[in-house]
Amino acid sequence: MREDLRIIADLVAPGARVLDLGCGHGELLAHLQRHKDVVGYGLDNGAEEISACIRAGVNVLEQDLDEGLTRFPDASFDTVVMANTLQAVHAPEHLLDEMLRVGRECIVTFPNFGHWTCRLQLATRGRMPVAKHLPYTWYATPNIHLCTFADFETLCRDRGLTITERFVCDRAYRHGRLINRFPNLFGTTAFYRLRRGNG
Amino acid sequence: MTLPPDSVGIVTPQTLSFGALDLQCGVRLPAFDLVYETYGELNADRSNAVLVCHALSGSHHAAGYHAETDRRPGWWDVCIGPGKPIDTNRFFVVSLNNLGGCHGSTGPRSDDPATGEPYGPNFPNVTVKDWVRSQAMLADALGIDAFAAVIGGSLGGMQAMQWAIDLPDRIRHALLIACAPKLSAQNIAFNEIARQAILTDPAYRDGEYVKAGTNPDRGLMLARMLGHVTYLSDHSMGDRFGRELRSGDIASGHDVEFQVESYLHYQGRSFSKSFDANTYLLMTRALDYFDPAHEYGDDLVAALEVSRCAYLVVSFSTDWRFSPERSEEIVDALVAARRDVVSVSIEASQGHDSFLLPVPRYLTVLSEYLDRVARECGQ
Repeated sequence: MREDLRIIADLVAPGARVLDLGCGHGELLAHLQRHKDVVGYGLDNGAEEISACIRAGVNVLEQDLDEGLTRFPDASFDTVVMANTLQAVHAPEHLLDEMLRVGRECIVTFPNFGHWTCRLQLATRGRMPVAKHLPYTWYATPNIHLCTFADFETLCRDRGLTITERFVCDRAYRHGRLINRFPNLFGTTAFYRLRRGNG
Repeated sequence: MTLPPDSVGIVTPQTLSFGALDLQCGVRLPAFDLVYETYGELNADRSNAVLVCHALSGSHHAAGYHAETDRRPGWWDVCIGPGKPIDTNRFFVVSLNNLGGCHGSTGPRSDDPATGEPYGPNFPNVTVKDWVRSQAMLADALGIDAFAAVIGGSLGGMQAMQWAIDLPDRIRHALLIACAPKLSAQNIAFNEIARQAILTDPAYRDGEYVKAGTNPDRGLMLARMLGHVTYLSDHSMGDRFGRELRSGDIASGHDVEFQVESYLHYQGRSFSKSFDANTYLLMTRALDYFDPAHEYGDDLVAALEVSRCAYLVVSFSTDWRFSPERSEEIVDALVAARRDVVSVSIEASQGHDSFLLPVPRYLTVLSEYLDRVARECGQ
């Protein structure tokens, strides 16, 4: 399993009801079903991804995330996961609100646009960054709402979402002193656990 | 003619007779026959049986040919056969004509043992629940404790849903295709217009047309024409017929017949020759009355919580008779009931009829899902 999904899996409580937004090939849900007795559902809108989920034997609903989560009642899930997808949706701020309406807790990961390699490319060459953790050219990227860790944390504060845990790491999912000291400069990926209100 | 290699080939319908069945309407049917076909082999532990349920005008003849001279195979030959989504190399497929039908199972054209005459309009109302009970009796007779999957489109999907709720121990997967948890008012309205076309045909003779030696051809034809329009999409009719003329000349206004008119006339006429009017009334009423949530306090979630099987729910983008939103109602209730579900919406231009057609992604999804079902039963 992808290392980032393994990290997320460790954050999910056994027996939880899980909604996985942008579930891709269903790796996370398959793992959670097998090892944590989780009742999980994935949302995705790619035909290939849906097929992979069927083969993996996981629950998947074909749906575009930009349609929102209105189909789900309040507090119908324990944990809502969105791995590496926040930056690709049309209204990330609304979706975050929705995630914490339908779930008691959410886990969000995304790539850091504030990483030093991005800053350097923009500052020295005046060009849109293309980095190992953000490998797309500006005209052919699914990412339409890139942000830095600092931006995301500001948004959470503004919308009354509490960050209960944060884990920042590099592309190999390691974290050392440099990342701990300057996460927004040296981290490529962050894992956030969020709850509503000032918990 | 040589039969295609991915056909189940020549098939022969079989008939089984059963004892009494107490119907939901309170009437006891003293005895009944069911005509059915099977494709593939039942495995040693009897775990690979699949039940295919037909829709409004279907029959037991779902796949293959009855004779080499048949022009067309069974109604779901696209999906059933060796190497096809419902793979007869792996599954033992059972397909029957429902109780009340007109293709060999006991129905309005059968003799009522009490009078020695055809039931005609006096054949009791049957419901989807009754069908499920009669299908379970057929399963018993065939030695099938539980179906690996019950599969159906439209009214067939409703039977699969009722199976899941009524006999949770006897079904492992329910495949609900172009289905709805109950009909909308608009849907019932269409059915009522179709029924009125039949009931008001002078040849209907209060349903005693067999005795009178007549047949409400006009009524059946109109009912079928109306139904057909609702099964297609505006787009698919436009694509297929446009405003092409079959005959005549619009400029002179003489004997104008559009292609779409000719098509509907043909469909309606052939239907009126092959389908029984009382069966049509009975089947549309079964559709209208279907509402599995009703006995659970009108709570679909509570109804589905009783079920234990996993579900595949498939809808088609241009289906306006059983729209994708109706499938979503089922899916949302399944999620709330914590059931296993895969939900797929297929882009297809052919409306409700899509479920009978070789839409590539639809067949792929069915194959992938049923591959998982087959693996679970060791096939």
